[in-house]
Amino acid sequence: MSVLVYAEHDNATLNKVTLSVLAAAKEIGGDITVLVAGKGCGAVAEEAAKAEGVSKVLCADNDAYEHQLAENIAELVAEVGADYKHILAAATTTGKNFAPRVAALLDVAQISEISDVIDGDTFKRPIYAGNAIATVKCADEKKVITVRGTSFDGVAAEGGSASVENLDVVKDSGLSSFVSEELAKSDRPELTSADIVISGGRGMGNGDNFEILYKVADKLGAAVGASRAAVDAGFVPNDMQVGQTGKIVAPQLYMAVGISGAIQHLAGMKDSKVIVAINKDEEAPIFQVADYGLVADLFEAVPELDSKL
Amino acid sequence: MKVLVPIKRVIDYNVKVRVKADNSGVDLANVKMAMNPFCEIAVEEAVRLKEKGVVTEIVAVSIGPKAAQEQLRTAMALGADRSILVETDEEIQPLGIAKALKAIVEEEKPEMVILGKQAIDDDNNQTGQMLAALTGMPQGTFASEVNVEEGKVKVTREIDGGLQTVELKLPAVVTTDLRLNEPRYASLPNIMKAKKKPLDVKTPADLGVDMTPRVTIEKVETPAERKAGVMVGSVDELVEKLKNEAKVI
Repeated sequence: MSVLVYAEHDNATLNKVTLSVLAAAKEIGGDITVLVAGKGCGAVAEEAAKAEGVSKVLCADNDAYEHQLAENIAELVAEVGADYKHILAAATTTGKNFAPRVAALLDVAQISEISDVIDGDTFKRPIYAGNAIATVKCADEKKVITVRGTSFDGVAAEGGSASVENLDVVKDSGLSSFVSEELAKSDRPELTSADIVISGGRGMGNGDNFEILYKVADKLGAAVGASRAAVDAGFVPNDMQVGQTGKIVAPQLYMAVGISGAIQHLAGMKDSKVIVAINKDEEAPIFQVADYGLVADLFEAVPELDSKL
Repeated sequence: MKVLVPIKRVIDYNVKVRVKADNSGVDLANVKMAMNPFCEIAVEEAVRLKEKGVVTEIVAVSIGPKAAQEQLRTAMALGADRSILVETDEEIQPLGIAKALKAIVEEEKPEMVILGKQAIDDDNNQTGQMLAALTGMPQGTFASEVNVEEGKVKVTREIDGGLQTVELKLPAVVTTDLRLNEPRYASLPNIMKAKKKPLDVKTPADLGVDMTPRVTIEKVETPAERKAGVMVGSVDELVEKLKNEAKVI
């Protein structure tokens, strides 16, 4: 029994979510191999080799893998994965992009966004925007799985000493090519891995008003998110969206400011340890999931909060 | 060019989901059903491409029960020219659906397949990618912008860190994200017209595909409820609670 874990990275550093995927791999059991595919990604492979429980790292360093194009990555993973019983990737936009393609190439099912491992064949996963949890059992010999990062506490990043092996497998489909990328630049922690997240909703009124959230966030070392309503209204970019179709977060503290709490938003944050809601509408559904609710005008409450931290 | 738009009949977006008492699944009896919202966006995108003169024919296809004809009629009211139902009452899963769609792609030879990135029932987010793999097509998933050029399509994708634009050779598969467009409503005259548009019914056997489920659902449960919290009266009280009770700041 052995598990192949696909590493999530930006060619420079290993994304923390991979440590959570490794935790899921550990629960499944067996030898764990990490596959790092990218360009100039040697440092990522070295980092992965240090993670707890990893026995081997395979590094596929080639131009074809630089931008994680699904066509090329899927071919690579399907070939390398031939020797493994489980193939795991993070349920990020990268993992969700190539994992179903791998499964189809191998003629097996893919199991999306598992939140729990029961045994090597059986997993739990949220369905209907997290309004139901399904326990699913897969009959296929090989399992291709994406893992919801926030559902697993990551393994230790340090302490391991796996070997790194360079893989000379080049898969370049020629079907797709990278054109450009617009990545949000921020000094704040990343949404999905931050300990504290402060999100604003339609109640923020406009993008400039998010400034008051940024001030509080910087005091607390928090990440800033938004509801779909705020994103659709053009207040902030889409990569800040928390919810069923945005990012799934589960921080120690989640503060929802001016967010009414549509089920699609709740699906993205209800596993947070402590939830605070600030809203002027006392009937807002967000209060039903909040540990601490404050009925107040956010434009008064947030600056006051800022001054008292 | 011809575009194929696969759509799915799902529980309506606004319905509160209830898990059945015997934990066998979600209660769908007498529940309002509708076209999956991401599929509506896919239909809309195809219609806009037709209005721009890029697309000449839109074929909607659904795999599911007889009742999915309603959603195909909706797609035709929105602008699809004709539709195909692969009728089955069996449980269907993404790999099986992708195989059925592959058979349709081989018959219809579309230059682009546009479909929703995920259905809001099973939240799988797999079918488009699987279809692309099975047909050897490139894929532009989670699209927020689609631009067709000569022999290729440029797709801007919503990724975790922001946006990524890729160029795909045609034929290609595109899956839609929320911000790609805002779907229109079907007008009454168009709803009437849609009733006369062709709707072919096929079976999985006609297509010669094996759609046997690979995954069994052992049980479906209601997620753990969050216990009711408290209302605080002031910012001071909130800060005090977060510091001393919850100990999170």
